[in-house]
Amino acid sequence: MYDLAALYEANSVAEAVSLRLAHPEAQILAGGTDVFVQMREGKRAGKALISIYGIDALRGVTLEEDGTIRIGSLTSFSHITKDPIIQKYINVLGQAVDMVGGPQIRNAGTIGGNTCNGVTSADSASTLFAWDAIVELTGSSGVRRLPIQDFYIKAGVVDIRPDEIQTAILIPKAAYEGYFGHYIKYAMREAMDIATTGCSVNVKLSEDKKAIEDVRIAYGVAGPIPMRAGTAEALAKGQAVSAETISSFAKAVLEDIHPRDSWRASKAFREHIAVELARRCLTQSILLAGGAL
Amino acid sequence: MSTSVGKPIARVDAFDKATGRAKYTDDLCDRSALIIKIVHSTVANGLVTEIDTSEAEKIPGVVKILTCFDVPNLPFPTAGHPWSTDPSHQDVADRLLLNRRVRYYGDDVAVVVAENEVAAAQAVRAVKVSYEEYPVILDVFDAMKEGATQLHEGFPGNILAHSGFRNGDYEKAIQEPGLIKVEGWYNTPTVQHCHIENHICFAQMEAGRVVVTSSTQIPHIIRRVVGQALGIPWGKVRIIKPYIGGGFGNKQDALYEPLCAWVCTQVGGRLVKLDCAREETFVSNRVRHAIRTHIISWVRPDGSFAARKIECYSNQGAYASHGHGVGAKGMNCFPQLYPCANVEGDCWTVYTNRPAAGAMRGYGIPQAMFAGESHIDDIAKALGIPPLEYRNRFVMHQGYVDGFSKNENYYDTFRQVLEKGEAVLEYQKKYQQYQNQTGPIRRGVGCAVFWYNTAVWPISLESSSCRMVLNQDGSIQVQTGETEIGQGCDTAYSQMAADAVGIPVSDVHIVSTQDTDITPFGLGAYASRQTYIGGFSIKQTGQLLKERILKYAQELTRMPVANLDLVDGKIVRVPDGRVLMSLGDLATEALYSMTHSEHITAESTYQIKSNAYSFGCSFAEVEVDIPMCKVKLLNMVNVHDCGKLINPALAEAQVHGGMSMAIGYGLSEELKFDPKTGKVLNNNLLDYKLSTFMDHPTLEARFVENPEPTSPYGTKALGEPPACSGAPAIRNAIFQATGVAIDQCPITPHVLFAAFQEAGLFEEVCK
Repeated sequence: MYDLAALYEANSVAEAVSLRLAHPEAQILAGGTDVFVQMREGKRAGKALISIYGIDALRGVTLEEDGTIRIGSLTSFSHITKDPIIQKYINVLGQAVDMVGGPQIRNAGTIGGNTCNGVTSADSASTLFAWDAIVELTGSSGVRRLPIQDFYIKAGVVDIRPDEIQTAILIPKAAYEGYFGHYIKYAMREAMDIATTGCSVNVKLSEDKKAIEDVRIAYGVAGPIPMRAGTAEALAKGQAVSAETISSFAKAVLEDIHPRDSWRASKAFREHIAVELARRCLTQSILLAGGAL
Repeated sequence: MSTSVGKPIARVDAFDKATGRAKYTDDLCDRSALIIKIVHSTVANGLVTEIDTSEAEKIPGVVKILTCFDVPNLPFPTAGHPWSTDPSHQDVADRLLLNRRVRYYGDDVAVVVAENEVAAAQAVRAVKVSYEEYPVILDVFDAMKEGATQLHEGFPGNILAHSGFRNGDYEKAIQEPGLIKVEGWYNTPTVQHCHIENHICFAQMEAGRVVVTSSTQIPHIIRRVVGQALGIPWGKVRIIKPYIGGGFGNKQDALYEPLCAWVCTQVGGRLVKLDCAREETFVSNRVRHAIRTHIISWVRPDGSFAARKIECYSNQGAYASHGHGVGAKGMNCFPQLYPCANVEGDCWTVYTNRPAAGAMRGYGIPQAMFAGESHIDDIAKALGIPPLEYRNRFVMHQGYVDGFSKNENYYDTFRQVLEKGEAVLEYQKKYQQYQNQTGPIRRGVGCAVFWYNTAVWPISLESSSCRMVLNQDGSIQVQTGETEIGQGCDTAYSQMAADAVGIPVSDVHIVSTQDTDITPFGLGAYASRQTYIGGFSIKQTGQLLKERILKYAQELTRMPVANLDLVDGKIVRVPDGRVLMSLGDLATEALYSMTHSEHITAESTYQIKSNAYSFGCSFAEVEVDIPMCKVKLLNMVNVHDCGKLINPALAEAQVHGGMSMAIGYGLSEELKFDPKTGKVLNNNLLDYKLSTFMDHPTLEARFVENPEPTSPYGTKALGEPPACSGAPAIRNAIFQATGVAIDQCPITPHVLFAAFQEAGLFEEVCK
């Protein structure tokens, strides 16, 4: 039994937009794997909900004409993991979201909900940051697209306007073509957990596989929102594929990340793990890209 | 003659449970029930000065709000122990139904009764409680300090109890020249049982009595405690215990049955339901005692003990519950497990502002084994003796008799289980292979033994009663006061009853539900005693029923009773083996006979005045990823000598469950407290790191079946033992892998990070 004021169900994006305008106080509901938990805890008790879960148009992964990978916001984690387009081009995203919770959560939880929550620990978020993902929002005046880094404002807050819902996550071809990636979720157990720190790296090697043409690294729980480690990226770009490059890249992440002390983990511990994750994720990405170490 | 005992038959409740047909407490509660929700204190140590319910009462659907100012002043004990008619042996009565003097963050200060859960939850949030606050005391040493706030009257220094022993002359013995002193402090955490079904109960008045249906392990004990708490005759209370989703000792306590029953009486006897949320279960039920243990061993260079000393500081939390029994049990096995002529022990059980600690699977022994068996590896390391060899030389030998309990180690159990476990894990080979490793990822093997006993004799009463009723078709109903709590005793009892009477197990209908109005008196499920204790009364009652059946058979067949037997549901003439009639035909005749109608039944009580050691060991193999501060458990083996197995499949499952609990205890589980407020920070299954299947290797359970001579079925404890030695085996494996001795559990990545940093391991492996 949930303490909710009202439940409005949208069957189309347009309907969702008008419900948003009609009920500005209402909370958007997708898979419900977070909203209902919070409601039960009393945090969102008594709120009205606008369910967008019935909008099937927002489900599924497609490849657009220009090669952009389009992931409908209501696509569940388990569908992302098993999707052939994801597996072929950005398999690491499928691997990352396969580490969310347990099977039931992955069947119900959606990538849109995961990103709109605005939490730093979301398994999809760091990987999407590393892929330079674009967030698509649809409102009364049409479609708005913005880089995922701009979508996150602060902990728990993302850039959704009062008339908008998130409709898709896009990965441009330039962001994934020739890149190989690896994600490590560092958690206290092997399932049913939230990341203590998550790290996602992808790398593009030179044609001879001897140099790092481009590298991107993103973290969850290294700050209040997911983040990239730009200093480390700049340092490794153009460098030879070598243990030394990896090592200096890994240490450089400390220039960018700023995890905090909490009862869940100390800052010193998270920093230590972040460096080790950078080392391992880059190593694995290089190996996947055909590099030799 | 075919027997049922010893066969891995399917659980008698397997199909109902797998198909969802089995009824648990909530399934039985009528939907008209009023909902009780508890207002828990938001200070850990203080006094309620005022409760403002005015806003809460305005919420539609709220029926009644009762507070700590409304409850009767009848302090009651909650421990699920048999009552003692000797006042000096009675449990400490230190709780009221709702408490004005609050002693932990989460104490019960008021209840809301409402027509539905939403109204109840809204009202709980709207009740305003004012407190006078006192300093928060979470640690035993802070609680024992001079000037610490006294939590309960009559317990200065917050010491609930102290006990100890002095064997030989410790001070003199340590003067022996050439001794090596090995000393350690070992700390274990506050953990929770995490049974699947949270505690739930509902109550209503019927014919002037209060009837409580509850998810409990101990219905007959609950009847007594409800009577004490409400101040009503015990016969005015009826407790019904249906199937329950686990208990592990948490439900070997009066949890909220007294409160639920009392609230029922305050709303005109209407049906009321109290269903704990998981968050409440973690904080406001019971937990395992966190124990700080100090051990000093004085050993000779050959490894033998000259003298030993143990001090245990057991964190009782806010209320006495099972109290000193838990820490004392752990302390008292110390001089037995590795016998030594000069040994001293002391145990203090200390009130703090943590949640109340009660019974939890192992009852002090997982703590004692973590300390004691970690310490054995510390000794072995100090002496340069391989730890398995050390154990084989010095752990309790065959023939050892404990003077107090009269328990005897009839077989050379320890060396037998260690040999078996060694072979399954290939311990020796791996131990050699894993010596002197370098590099970031290292492996290790470890072992640990455990001491356990069966049941509570001679400390408390042991008694079991059984009733058997013969049906027309020759099948029987069997009832006992011992309870099925998921461990499978309904199945084991069915097998025992079948053999005792002489019928196929399919003709035994075990009555799973205990109802204090109709179930024979029994004390319930605890102390790993069900199979052992139940066996006595089942055998006795089965023989009694069989005697009556054969006497009736004599009337029908005119054959002498001495020449008759009941075999596999048939009346057999023994000398020539001829089947004279089926039991079904006999039973039908007995019930409907126009000349001698008789309902053939049997009922008896057996008081048990024996106990039995139940020993075993664990072996663990780990891979430690030093830079990641992570332990991967590669293999784990438990070997048990619990006597003859009644049902090998259930025994194996029991061991698997206990091993899983030991893995969590060793590596991940602990309740975390805010040091300032005393609030539990992780009272949910996300932040409390119960291990999952994904964190387990294949769990190997093995047995050494030495028949227990004191048991009619040759059996003894297996309920709790599987949870006792896993954690120190893991700790010792990490020790071998890394050379770092961790003297606390759980051994989480946070703990390893600090320990590896201190040991300089990161400089060694992280370039």
